[in-house]
Amino acid sequence: MTDSTSRPTRRRIPWDYLAVAPFVIFAVMFLFMPTLSLIGTAFTDRAGNFTFDNIGGLFTDQILAAYSISIRVSGASAILGALIGLAITLAIIRGRLPAPLRSAVMTFSGVASNFAGVPLAFAFIATLGRIGLVTIVLRDVFHLDLYRAGFSLFSFWGLTLTYLYFQIPLMMLTIAPAVDGLKKEWSEAAQMLGANQWQFWRYVGLPILWPSFLGTLSLLFANAFGAIATAWALTGSNLNIVTVLLYNQIRGDALQNPGLGAALALGMIVITSLANVIYLIVAKRAERWMK
Amino acid sequence: MKPNKFWAWLVFALGAAYFLVPLLATFIFSLRMRRNELSFDAYVSVFSDPRFYGTFGYSLAIGAVTIVVGVLVVVPAVYFVRLRMPWLRPVMEFVTLLPLIIPALVLVYGYIRLYNSSSIIPFTSSAFGTDILLTGAYVTLALPYMYRAVDNGMRTIDIGTLTEAAQIAGANQLQIIGQIILPNILVAILSGAFLTFAIVIGEFTIASLLNRPAFGPYLVGIGTNKAYEPAALAIISFIITWGAMGMINVLGRFAPRTSARTD
Repeated sequence: MTDSTSRPTRRRIPWDYLAVAPFVIFAVMFLFMPTLSLIGTAFTDRAGNFTFDNIGGLFTDQILAAYSISIRVSGASAILGALIGLAITLAIIRGRLPAPLRSAVMTFSGVASNFAGVPLAFAFIATLGRIGLVTIVLRDVFHLDLYRAGFSLFSFWGLTLTYLYFQIPLMMLTIAPAVDGLKKEWSEAAQMLGANQWQFWRYVGLPILWPSFLGTLSLLFANAFGAIATAWALTGSNLNIVTVLLYNQIRGDALQNPGLGAALALGMIVITSLANVIYLIVAKRAERWMK
Repeated sequence: MKPNKFWAWLVFALGAAYFLVPLLATFIFSLRMRRNELSFDAYVSVFSDPRFYGTFGYSLAIGAVTIVVGVLVVVPAVYFVRLRMPWLRPVMEFVTLLPLIIPALVLVYGYIRLYNSSSIIPFTSSAFGTDILLTGAYVTLALPYMYRAVDNGMRTIDIGTLTEAAQIAGANQLQIIGQIILPNILVAILSGAFLTFAIVIGEFTIASLLNRPAFGPYLVGIGTNKAYEPAALAIISFIITWGAMGMINVLGRFAPRTSARTD
């Protein structure tokens, strides 16, 4: 690092601090203060006194059910997204599919991982909704009525299937460097020592990928857990996930208690923080192998 | 090794089907507005709605301001922290990660509670003030991506040497940032800008809770009232996202390839 502070041309104006000031002011105004005030509200009753009542108020059937379904949708879409994303990445990189195909898939992943929110919900409604094209084709051509068979796009599995559309590409983009890091020499060495494909993956490949895999898993979880636009456009208030509950609370004080709303938000931060703390710890371990 | 290749193609084909079928189905669905024949009626309907232009224009404008504010907030901070205060880097890394941990919904709830009309800074009491809040929220959402793009850009140029050279030539700090550093990391900044644009343009949650006439809430409104237009809008949105990501790819080819690491 070049240290130019010792140069004689140094100005009197404290440029260093002045230049970092906008960043700090911005972070305080739009990141720290709003979050801290919300946390404060979570521990305050209507009269302004400190209380744990709001936190205790979270333990009702409706709110616990909302957290539970959110955690399950995020968990399912994260685990499935991570597994499928890893499988496709391995197929493309380790399966030696043609190089142009690989770059096309990675470009598409960049697009698909950002194609979330409302338009994604529209696409899945047009595909698998009640009058969606695939639903109609399956019913009229293959005599398979999805909705009579119990499937609904506006349910747990429908939402999970939709979330996978951005979860899988996100997994592929994050895990690709780790898969690239699996050196050819390692599989050659394993082969020379008499290991078969399965043994290579069991004792070399997967243990090396494991930290990156686990880390990305928690990233995907937080990603789905905080999402609302897709769910809102897809199911409206049908599916009682925690983001929809909080959205209704912000809109019209649905829980009729601002402190409880803040507690709901605090619960979300705690859950996504846990997921990210796991990510950071695991990412540190993963770095050892990436050199 | 042979069966390996077969499995690779099978996995790839299944994945491709999952990703391409919805796009294809949505496109065909969007063409079926007219009975018994395929037509672009749904697109005509979308493009003849003045609210489409109004809301899209609004989101475009907010997106542009978001990018400018994002650059002004991030670039000087990253530059000076890299050059003079490397001990602050872990703090910046952490702060720019926070928007991934705190859901946007929670953030906007905090804004509404903190900056309501009876607070010290009553942002929400005027349309302009709410626009500031919306922009602030979007800059925050884009912060992780903007920070990483700019940080990567500065890693590939030797800012220490560039700064010294400029100082010897008599440039002041503003000239150094504006005329030396900024042009050198322009490609990185533009990548961050297009990613920001892709995030902001169809954003629903924050715009709807702040009651601003943005493209995202407009989309949801169309979704509840129309049948074929949403499919057309999904295709249009996909093309816009593709365009933004395509620009990043194109720009990547112009990025400086030398990696003179200063750290």
